[in-house]
Amino acid sequence: MRRVHRNDTMHATLTFQDLRPGERTITLRGRLDATSVAALWPQAHAAVEPARVVNIEASQIDYCDGAGLALLFDLRRSKPGAVHINGLRPEFNGLLEQFEPATFPAPSAKTLPARAGFVAEVGRSFARLAEDWKLQIAFLGEAGSALIFAARNPRSVRWKDALLIAERAGVDALPIVALISFLMGLIIAFQSAIPLRQYGGEIYVGDLVGLSMLRELGPLMTAILLAGRSGAAFAAELGTMKVNEEISALTTMGLDPVRFLVVTRVLAGLVVTPILTVFADMVGLIGGAVTMLTFEIPTRTYFTHVGGFANVSDFLSGLAKSVVFGLLIAGIGCLKGLQTRSGAAAVGDSTTRAVVAAIIMIVVVDGLFALIYYMLNL
Amino acid sequence: MPSQAREPIIRVERLTVGYGEMVLIKEASFEVGRGEIFVILGGSGCGKSTLMKSMIGLTPPLAGRVLIDGADITHAHGDERHGILRKFGVMYQLGALFGSMTLLENVRLPLEEYTDLPEAGIDLVARMKLKLVGLDAFTEHMPAELSGGMQKRAAIARAMALDPSILFLDEPSAGLDPITSSDLDQLILSLSRNLGMTFVVVTHELPSIFAIADRVIMLDKRAKGIIAEGDPEILRDTSENPLVRQFFNREPSTANA
Repeated sequence: MRRVHRNDTMHATLTFQDLRPGERTITLRGRLDATSVAALWPQAHAAVEPARVVNIEASQIDYCDGAGLALLFDLRRSKPGAVHINGLRPEFNGLLEQFEPATFPAPSAKTLPARAGFVAEVGRSFARLAEDWKLQIAFLGEAGSALIFAARNPRSVRWKDALLIAERAGVDALPIVALISFLMGLIIAFQSAIPLRQYGGEIYVGDLVGLSMLRELGPLMTAILLAGRSGAAFAAELGTMKVNEEISALTTMGLDPVRFLVVTRVLAGLVVTPILTVFADMVGLIGGAVTMLTFEIPTRTYFTHVGGFANVSDFLSGLAKSVVFGLLIAGIGCLKGLQTRSGAAAVGDSTTRAVVAAIIMIVVVDGLFALIYYMLNL
Repeated sequence: MPSQAREPIIRVERLTVGYGEMVLIKEASFEVGRGEIFVILGGSGCGKSTLMKSMIGLTPPLAGRVLIDGADITHAHGDERHGILRKFGVMYQLGALFGSMTLLENVRLPLEEYTDLPEAGIDLVARMKLKLVGLDAFTEHMPAELSGGMQKRAAIARAMALDPSILFLDEPSAGLDPITSSDLDQLILSLSRNLGMTFVVVTHELPSIFAIADRVIMLDKRAKGIIAEGDPEILRDTSENPLVRQFFNREPSTANA
C-alpha cells in the first residue's frame, strides 16, 4: 500500500509505506514551513494514527521552521516511544531536541478552568460590586475631607491648575453646549407647536420650552455633555498618570494625589457646570424663540410666556442640580482614572467606565431631585 | 568592605512581599548602610521592584517591616508617614515626570509644596538640581521633548529636590544605550561621593552593578528570597552558588539547554 499526498505550490510532500503490518514508514520531503505544514498536519496525523510503530524518514526535508518542528514534535508525542525520526538534518534536530515532551502537555490534558456554578457566579458578582462600592465610598470620604481641607486652607489649592482645568472644561465646551441647547430649544418648540396649533395654543409653547429647559433639559444636557467631554478627559489624564507611575511619584513625594489632582478638578467641575447650565438655558430659550418666529409669534410675546410660567425657583432648582452634577462628573472621572490598572487598554477602559458611570449617576440623581422637589412642593 | 562598618540607615526585617496568595519574597532581612550604594539584583520576575515598592511604602508588605532611619514606614500614617517620606526620593523606571509641566516646574513642585522658600530661592534650588544632573540647558523643555536618559536624569533631579538622604532608583539604566547608562552611573557615583547620599538601586545591568555597587543582594524566584549578599566582584569570583556565578558571568540558564 502506497499513497502520496502532495501539495505542489507549497513544496512539501508526505508519502507512506507499510513494510510489515503495523509498521509504517512515512517520508517527508521538501520545505516544512507554516503554509505547507498547515496542509500536511491532518494528513500526517491520519498516517500515524493506525500504525503501531512509525519511522519518519526526514532526510529529504530541506527546510524546517517552527511550524515544521511543531509537526514533528506533535507526531512523536502522539505515540510516545513509537515514533522515530530518522535522518533529520543536525541543525533542525538540534532545535527539535530542545523541547522535551514532558514540558508541553498535550492539549487534551490542559484543564479548562472549572465553570463556576450559578450561585458562585452571583456571589462573586455581588462581592465585586460591594468592593466597588467600598472603593467609591472611601474615595468620597477622601475627596470630601480633601475639599474641606481646601476650604479651610485656600492657599493649599493649586489655583493655577484649577483655573486651567476650568478653562478647558468650561470655556472650551461653550460651542458644543451652545449648539446642542440651541437645537434642543428649537426642536422642542417646533415639535410642541405643531400639535398645539391644532387647538390654537401655539402661544403656550413659551411656557413649555421655558419650564422644560430651565428645570430639566438645560442641566441634564449640559451634564451629559460634560460627562462625555471632561469626565472622560479627567479619567484618561489621571489614568495615564497612573500608568506612567506619576501617581506613585506624587505619593512617595508625600503629596496626596486626591488633594493634588482631584480637588482642582472637582472645584473646576463645581464652578463650571452651573455656569454652563445658565448658558445652556439661555441659548435653549433663544432656540425656542427662533422657531416661534416662523409661527408668527413675536419674540417678546414668547418671552413673556416663558417668564410668566417658569419662575425663579424653577431656574434655581435646575441650577442646584447642576452643582451636584458637576461634583459627580469630576469625582467619578477622577476616581475611575485613579483606579486604572496598567497598560494602554486600561486607560481606555477607565475612560469608558467614567462616562458610563457618570451618565447613570446623573440620571439617577436627576430622578432623586425630581422626587425631592415634588415633596418640597418646589 | 567599609560598608560593614557603616551605620545602617535602612533596616528591612523579615519582610514578605507578594500579591495576595502569591509570595514573591519570603522573610527577607537586610540592612543598607549610610552613604552606601546598595544594589538589589535578580532575574526578571523575582520581585525586586515589588521589594522596592514595599521599602518606599507604596505596596504594603504581606509581613515584616522596613525601618528608614529608625522609623517604621510599613505601619506609619499621617504626619509620621510624611516625615519618613521626606527622608528619601524615588526615581521610577519610566521617570514619572509630570507630563504637563516643564522640567523646571517638575523640580520646583516638591520645593513649592514643602518649603517656605521665597520664589527666587525655589527657582535657584531647582535650577541648581538640574545643573547637578547636567540639564541646566533644558529647564523649559517638556518631558516628552527629551530623550529617555535625560528624562531619567531629570527624575533624579526632582527626587533630590528636597535633599533627601536616600535615593531609590528603579532600573535606572533600563532602555538606555551603554554610553548614556554609563553617564548615569557616573552621576550616581558623584552624587554619592560629593553629597554622601545613600542609594538603593534596583537593576540587572551587569556593567552598571560593577561600576557603582558597594554591596548587592541577589534575589531568586525559586528560592523566594536572598541567595547572595556582598561585594559584586567577590561574589562573581568566589560564590559557591551556581545561580550567582551564572548571573555574574552571563551564562544561559541550564533549565532547558
